[in-house]
Amino acid sequence: MSAAPVLAVERLSKSFDGVRAVRDVSFRVSAGELCALIGPNGAGKTTCFNCVNGQLVPDEGRVWLAGVNVTGRPPREMALAGVGRTFQVAATFASMTVRENVEVALLSHAGHGEALLARASGARRAQADALLERAGIAALADRHCGALPYGDAKRVELALALAGNPKLLLMDEPTAGMAHADRDAIMATAAELARRDRVAVLFTEHDMDVVFGFADRIVVLDRGRVIADAPPDVVRADANVQAVYLGTA
Amino acid sequence: MTLTALALQLLNGLASASALFLVAAGLTLIFGVTRVVNFAHGSLFMLGAYLAWSFGEAFGDGVAAHWASVLAAAAVVALVGVAIEALLLKRLYAAPELLQLTATFGVVLVVRDAALALWGAEDKLGPRVPHLDGTVQIAGRAIPEYDLFLIVVGPVVLVTLTWLVTRTRFGTLIRAASENRVLASALGVRQALLFSAVFALGAGLAGLAGALQLPREPANLNMDLAVVAEAFVVTVVGGLGSIPGAFLAALIIGLVKALCIGLGTVEIGGVAVAFPRLTLVAEFVVMAVVLAVKPHGLLGAPPPVLASTPLPEQRTLVLVPGRRAAVAAAVLFGALALLPAVVDDYLLVLATDVLVATLFAASLQFIMGPGGMTSFGHAAYFGVGAYAAALAFRHGWPMPAALALAPVAAMAAAVLLGGFAVRLAGVYLAMLTLAFAQIVWSIVYQWDAVTGGSNGLVGIWPPALLAHRASYYLFTLAIVGSALLLLARIAHAPFGFALRAARDSSLRAAAIGVDVRATQWRAFALAGAFAGLAGGLFAFSKGSISPETLAIPRSVDALVMVLLGGLNALAGPLLGAAAFTWMQDELARATDYWRAATGVVILAIVLLFPQGIGGALARLRPRRRPLAT
Amino acid sequence: MKLLAVVALSLASLVPAAPAAAQTIKLGELNSYKVFPAFLEPYRKGMELAVDEINAAGGVLGRRLELVSRDDNGNPGDAVRVAEELISRERVALLMGTFPSNVGLAVADLAKQRRVLFLAAEPLTDKIVWESGNEYTFRLRASTYMQTAMLVPEAAKLAKRRWAIVYPNYEYGQAATATFKRQMTERAAGAIEFVEQAVPLGKIEPGPVVQALIDAKPDAIFSSLFGPDLARFVREGQLRGLFKDRPVFNLLGGEPEYLDPLKDEAPVGWWVTGYPWYAIDTPEHKRFRDAYQKRFDDYPRLGSVVGYATIHSAAAALRKAGTTDTPKLVAAMKGLEVDTPFGRITYRAIDHQSTMGAYVGRTAVRDGKGVMVDWRYADGKDYLPADDEVKRLRPAK
Ligand SMILES: Nc1ncnc2c1ncn2[C@@H]1O[C@H](COP(=O)(O)OP(=O)(O)O)[C@@H](O)[C@H]1O
Ligand SMILES: [Mg+2]
Repeated sequence: MSAAPVLAVERLSKSFDGVRAVRDVSFRVSAGELCALIGPNGAGKTTCFNCVNGQLVPDEGRVWLAGVNVTGRPPREMALAGVGRTFQVAATFASMTVRENVEVALLSHAGHGEALLARASGARRAQADALLERAGIAALADRHCGALPYGDAKRVELALALAGNPKLLLMDEPTAGMAHADRDAIMATAAELARRDRVAVLFTEHDMDVVFGFADRIVVLDRGRVIADAPPDVVRADANVQAVYLGTA
Repeated sequence: MTLTALALQLLNGLASASALFLVAAGLTLIFGVTRVVNFAHGSLFMLGAYLAWSFGEAFGDGVAAHWASVLAAAAVVALVGVAIEALLLKRLYAAPELLQLTATFGVVLVVRDAALALWGAEDKLGPRVPHLDGTVQIAGRAIPEYDLFLIVVGPVVLVTLTWLVTRTRFGTLIRAASENRVLASALGVRQALLFSAVFALGAGLAGLAGALQLPREPANLNMDLAVVAEAFVVTVVGGLGSIPGAFLAALIIGLVKALCIGLGTVEIGGVAVAFPRLTLVAEFVVMAVVLAVKPHGLLGAPPPVLASTPLPEQRTLVLVPGRRAAVAAAVLFGALALLPAVVDDYLLVLATDVLVATLFAASLQFIMGPGGMTSFGHAAYFGVGAYAAALAFRHGWPMPAALALAPVAAMAAAVLLGGFAVRLAGVYLAMLTLAFAQIVWSIVYQWDAVTGGSNGLVGIWPPALLAHRASYYLFTLAIVGSALLLLARIAHAPFGFALRAARDSSLRAAAIGVDVRATQWRAFALAGAFAGLAGGLFAFSKGSISPETLAIPRSVDALVMVLLGGLNALAGPLLGAAAFTWMQDELARATDYWRAATGVVILAIVLLFPQGIGGALARLRPRRRPLAT
Repeated sequence: MKLLAVVALSLASLVPAAPAAAQTIKLGELNSYKVFPAFLEPYRKGMELAVDEINAAGGVLGRRLELVSRDDNGNPGDAVRVAEELISRERVALLMGTFPSNVGLAVADLAKQRRVLFLAAEPLTDKIVWESGNEYTFRLRASTYMQTAMLVPEAAKLAKRRWAIVYPNYEYGQAATATFKRQMTERAAGAIEFVEQAVPLGKIEPGPVVQALIDAKPDAIFSSLFGPDLARFVREGQLRGLFKDRPVFNLLGGEPEYLDPLKDEAPVGWWVTGYPWYAIDTPEHKRFRDAYQKRFDDYPRLGSVVGYATIHSAAAALRKAGTTDTPKLVAAMKGLEVDTPFGRITYRAIDHQSTMGAYVGRTAVRDGKGVMVDWRYADGKDYLPADDEVKRLRPAK
């Protein structure tokens, strides 16, 4: 593995009004790897995500994407550079159908988002439907997104994140609000992306069955610091982690 | 200007600031809790002044009688406020948020005519206040006692309100409701009761302000609109919902105006600058500067990010018009093209007005509907377009070239403003557009040599080929029809979808690579261009223009048309413009009290069809495509 | 399709019935009734009185006059629309009315475009007969220029050096200020200084304005304020002592519309133009005042005279032309003589301005009311520029 990792986070720090949400965090995710970022509520997971995709500008530290320093670039540029993400609170375009949601994303990634005269709806139907198929929601294509149950909205997000053929996929609590079978289905999709398309996947998750069932590696955060970064078996055995995290679970 | 003179001017400014704060405090209170943009706040102020005059006449002379009349006026206005809330706004809290603005606009029209009927046309100058009718010598100048009294009243009201909000149970409820409505109702806040109470208090304050103003200004029928714009500015500059912010803002505006007046004409680098002329827009300049630096006003908090809860109605604009809609539009267009064969000339004039208004409203709907950005100053682009066309024409450009310049110039104006505006959101954005429009208005109004000043420009008639009413109507129909087609096309093009995406969730839009601000900025530019085109058509249809083409009432008209027609209905602008124009035309002929009649019809439409006329019509036909299966 | 049906139906209902048999002569009138009600309600009454008088005397050309009146909403866009309605649907013989200058100018321009006679009743702007004057437009009232010129002789006699000028910040105030400054400078022996305060119309900040004027230490004051601005200025100025030992001149200040609301606080000793209806005892005015009071149980305001005289001007033009034909009406208007409550006036052929004058006098308080005393009638014909000057101002045809 001589090539640079898809994502390298280097000594990242971010504070909010004196609250140090993330301190000195470093970790890497390689192509084809499924990496879990875990930690109790408030540990700084979402803040990490936000620093990686440009939602927030870190106070210190760097973010490297495939060997390129992308620290502080805005979300839009990160998206176009190959970072797809889902949000902890699902964010979709509520006034559009599921298919139109994906079509907007496809058009945007294809650089046609500003066309004034072309017709948008139905423009990339086949491509959109393939993505919906992949996210397991082909049947919902014509549904109005604002009226979807929460779990389904999370899957629409996945389809949106995939529309840009990302090399890095960030999933913030992708299975929250889902039934068990659905959780496994969506994680299987993610695993397949990693294996087949060599996407680097970084996800946060509270369900330990999911984490230990799917992750290749686990990064544990506690109060903004990395306290472990190792394969699942090692993390499971880590006393530190058990004390601050698993012990409470 | 000596230092003493300056200090005393600031003292004068304090008195004005206090008066201004009193009006704005009620407005900011009402907005903070109920999120209602109460356009009728100035009308409540005016009622306060008139009622104080009437009570004063009834109670007679004397100290007790005077203050009794002030309090009685405030109390009655508070009741009027409660009535407006209970009978009207209560039914509209679930409706699209700006519909309340339309409703309160209806109230403005009704109150104005009611005041005319009750108190007559002549201004009512109130008596001087017993024991406060003299002056105090300060630094060799006579300062009215009543000014000093007002300077004290402002802070007293500020402290009282602050105490009320921070130290009482009522205040706790108010804060809970302003910060998080959902949470507040979960905590068992009886929202209905709270809203009524807040309205009573806010309206009472407006009434009190009006009553206290009476010794300084005769009660007159133009007080309502004169004061409401200023009160909005104070509220926004201070930060919506912030009472100390309103005080601070009133102070700044009062002082800036006093200073402008005090400075008089000053030579700056060999140029004589007449500062008093700036008072025409001083408050709007202050607002533009403050919002450019502090997007939530001086002391305002960023509005809570609400989870997007789109209405099913927002869906309708997304639907690509189907074959039926296309056929209907084609038939309508054909029918309109045949109009000259069947109706009289005047109807063609009226129809031309409707078409121009439709294009103007459609351009506003474009940024308000798909764009989710409200503009209170849309007339700026209409007016810039009209002036650009008129000026080019008067400088010898042929009419088509002059008309083509209209959208270009208006777009330039929109690009200029849009750069600042898209950094803001919600009412702040809306108010920045208003400030921009007012600043442009004041330039046009005062730049006599170029724009013709307040008189405007005349002699802007189309060439002989289009001089006849029928030919100009057909010309307008062709242009407006094409423009509307283009707008609809853009709304359903990838750009329109990106714009809607930015509205639905700017986070998500950015995460899929949409440049949210650039998209919204472009939307502003496009809307400006279409509004400008409407302005150009307007200029040639009337033969003359004046600053009224970019004044507040025209912006308000466009808002009312959009909301009447249905913010999210594709045919909304046409329906709104047609209904509004036709109604005014008919009612003005039918009754002297046509303003009130217009107001009543607007209220009826708003209450019966909260989704606008277009929304109501959409309900009538079966849905083409079910939204949820 | 339902939408279409609705549109079609409403359109059908708009097609007017066949015009009534043309037995009356329609006078098309438009004004900003809801924006300036204080002036225009008396104006409307004045018109009604005149129409009734004329019809009672047998009408004009054997036909009754019919007043078709519209509200123009105080803005030029709506004014042009209602004017179009009056022209094309009501087929009026002529247009008349309007109040604000921008509306007056817009309608004047429409009159030129549609070739209809327009009798501008109230707009004061000099431009309507000069820079923007046209063949079809005539104006009744004494203009800003004329009324300012009426005050200048008294002002110049005082030989004051330093003048403070306060004016509403729009064309009327600007024009009054410019005319005053020019004429005063021309007449003065030495140099005259002016300090100016422009106030936003309807939004004067009286405290700061009055103090700024006091601080400027002027010898005299010229104001063109009116309405609520004037009331606030007067109260604040009296309170703060601005007017003590300073002569004050106020354009329009003696018009009952603006003087009466001040009641016993009306200023004393100001030079004003206005209308002392209670004191004018010429036969023509007495007849008018008696008829007006009898009919409306109210005293006439200046607006009443303007409305009354406008109708009589129209009637006189129709009589002189002997037809409702526009070119003949326009020809008849040139040099037309009309008897009004202020005496006989002439519509000048040279610039279409009538010679109706105004009353110039000083204010006083009698029985708790503001009145004009020591007044004289300033005939408009004496306060207009020389003919070659007028020719220079007015565009060639
Ligand atoms: N925008 C923000 N402003 C202020 N504090 C924030 C903000 N976002 C997160 N925080 C704080 O930072 C800490 C980490 O939050 P977050 O990254 O959301 O944790 P996690 O996703 O692990 O639950 C928390 O204490 C949270 O309150
Ligand atoms: Mg989180």
